[in-house]
Amino acid sequence: MTKELITGAELIVRSLEHLNVSTVFGVPGGAILPAYDPLYDSPIRHILARHEQGAGHMAEGYAQATGELGVVIATSGPGATNLITPLANALMDSTPLLAITGQVASTAIGNDAFQEAYTVGLSMAATKHNYLITDASEIPQVLKEAKYIATSGRPGPVLVDVPKDILNQKTGWVEPKDLDLPGYKPTLEPNPKMIQQAANLIKSSKKPILYVGGGIIHSNSHKELYDLATTYNIPVVTTLMGRGAFPDGHELCLEMPGMHGNYTATTSIQDSDLLIAIGVRFDDRVTANPDFFAQNAKVIHADIDPAEIGKVREAQVPIVGDAKNVLIGLTEALKGSELDTASWINDLREMKKNFPLNYDQKDDGPLKVPYVLEQLQNLTEEEAVVVSGVGQHQMWISQHWNFTEPNTWLNSGGLGTMGYSLPAAIGAQTAFPDKLVLALDGDGCFQMTCQELITASTENIPIKVVVFNNGNHGMVRQWQKIFYNSKFSASELTHHTPDYVKLAESMGAVGLRMTKKDDVKKIFTEMLNINDKPVLIDCVVDPDDMVFPMVPAGGSNDQIIMNKEDLKQL
Amino acid sequence: MSERILSVLVEDKPGVLARVSSTISRRGFNINSLSVGPTHIEGRSKMTIVTELDAVEQVKKQLNKLVNVIKIVELDPEMTIETEVLLLKVSINKDTQTSVIEKANLSSAKSVDVGQDYAIFEMTGSSKELNKFEKLMKPFGIIEMVRGGRIAIQSNL
Ligand SMILES: Cc1ncc(C[n+]2csc(CCOP(=O)(O)OP(=O)(O)O)c2C)c(N)n1
Ligand SMILES: [Mg+2]
Repeated sequence: MTKELITGAELIVRSLEHLNVSTVFGVPGGAILPAYDPLYDSPIRHILARHEQGAGHMAEGYAQATGELGVVIATSGPGATNLITPLANALMDSTPLLAITGQVASTAIGNDAFQEAYTVGLSMAATKHNYLITDASEIPQVLKEAKYIATSGRPGPVLVDVPKDILNQKTGWVEPKDLDLPGYKPTLEPNPKMIQQAANLIKSSKKPILYVGGGIIHSNSHKELYDLATTYNIPVVTTLMGRGAFPDGHELCLEMPGMHGNYTATTSIQDSDLLIAIGVRFDDRVTANPDFFAQNAKVIHADIDPAEIGKVREAQVPIVGDAKNVLIGLTEALKGSELDTASWINDLREMKKNFPLNYDQKDDGPLKVPYVLEQLQNLTEEEAVVVSGVGQHQMWISQHWNFTEPNTWLNSGGLGTMGYSLPAAIGAQTAFPDKLVLALDGDGCFQMTCQELITASTENIPIKVVVFNNGNHGMVRQWQKIFYNSKFSASELTHHTPDYVKLAESMGAVGLRMTKKDDVKKIFTEMLNINDKPVLIDCVVDPDDMVFPMVPAGGSNDQIIMNKEDLKQL
Repeated sequence: MSERILSVLVEDKPGVLARVSSTISRRGFNINSLSVGPTHIEGRSKMTIVTELDAVEQVKKQLNKLVNVIKIVELDPEMTIETEVLLLKVSINKDTQTSVIEKANLSSAKSVDVGQDYAIFEMTGSSKELNKFEKLMKPFGIIEMVRGGRIAIQSNL
């Protein structure tokens, strides 16, 4: 029997179909063109972004909302270099991503050919792994490996670079073999001895804190976390990447700790005698100066990535394993024990009462972001997917939005990538056409990728965008106010600001504006009633507001700045 | 700080050297010596990396994350056989020729090429021995010297 001959390009499309990829995001170009030809005939949906960075963030948003692989396609040279930011972003936030890039013909590689960039080299430090295909017959196997590497262990981005001649090379379908990756064997099952040691520490702790993050969401173990925390009465802090892993509003939920965390969450760690850290990496935005971080606490640190354990803080009990297995193991090992945490929980309850998050919305004053957020959440009945930019608005959302389910809070935590929100929201809405997807963005961030609004209109992706228009790189302004004598160097956006309403309209979206308290309900209601196209609200807010609490970078979490008054002590 | 020797078994795949060295330099660590070569197993190479770091644990963990890195063993200096190779070109003349060759012989360096005004020696041994030989040759005028490829093996694995 002679094999049917197909091209490398067809092998890519067929492999993606075999790997159950239903949607890809991308921008075509010379080197990747052969792949776009069979893609046109495939049931896979391709969403044409306006910029490869946008396409990358869309794939990330898709992956973060679903927990599944996101796929992005770009051409060689500038297409690939434009992908570096989303790749680095996905690496930092452990998002499973597959990037397929075209490359100049293998005969031209190294000759500075037109649109040649050393994509494998450029992306090496921004990916979990990458490949250069040297023969079309490798494609099915490599793509199978790439998906496995991207989605297993600690998830991350994998890039596959394919020269144009290989896309055109004719070969037969090669059924991928079982995976053989001798250097890649993620440890999923925790060592039972370590689980036992951890359980022993927990049993004797009076002030335990479950310090949990993105690992809970990646391992889909929010239920197991809930069981552990509620069965044994252990308070929980959820990091920026872990918001939604444990429901806000639950009496054990202390929400976000750290630089802009709430007082109780940050302080609970400082006062704790035992940190049960699961799927977190002791990021500097949580720890501030690690020398002053949780000085009285022993540490149990569980992570699927052994390199995270002991990187920042020594762990008395290191546990390598999948968060789900760790949580199940701990719950099991603690069976029958009753922790003596009642007075600890009581202290924390008091603390919450005494140090609430607050804001001051005057009836006739400028809009405050926290107020606007609360109003919006009150009006949304279903659990929305909230996608944020980077800056003050991001911190306010994390502080004030009530997250009760995993995968409903998408943001760029590790890299802090401005421009993430709008395209990531498009990706999330693509995965869930019927869900309410909110891109809650800053005006600075929005201007970095706003062209993707056209993608949303063209593709009938009815995201709702709220641009918090404070006319400033607000977070930069806040730092300049505190640390640079209010010298607002290059942080003002007001001199030439786009008319966001007109901008939205020119891009096929509905544009609305709110400027005062009376507008909020009306305009949001109007927004929520539009479901056939994207909507954008120009939400004009106080240009001079600041996010509190705050612990300055490198400071001690024992010294939390609660308000403007406290700043004077600096 | 003392030297640490890592013996790293890797898949013989394109780019693996770049991945390993960039992982190390990305975390801000220096490499004193790095050598790569084939092993007796097909498709597997061995890297010997000599570094001076306190944070060797972190480097090991980061290297272990590389998909092409199969196994990392930190060699115990007490039980390690280590060798390095040197090629040294030194000036000679009628007056110094005998003395240079005598010193080389005593150091068990092998002369591989002798011309009218130069001699080239090859030597393998510990870094210390090679240092010593270099010092011996210095007064005669070293024209060029190449060293490298520190490799190591554990004596009873
Ligand atoms: C790509 C990128 N460039 C620069 C920064 C630095 N940066 C962090 S927050 C910020 C300002 C964000 O402004 P805006 O989107 O208006 O949000 P706001 O703080 O006003 O809510 C800047 C410039 C960044 N995080 N990402
Ligand atoms: Mg702003």
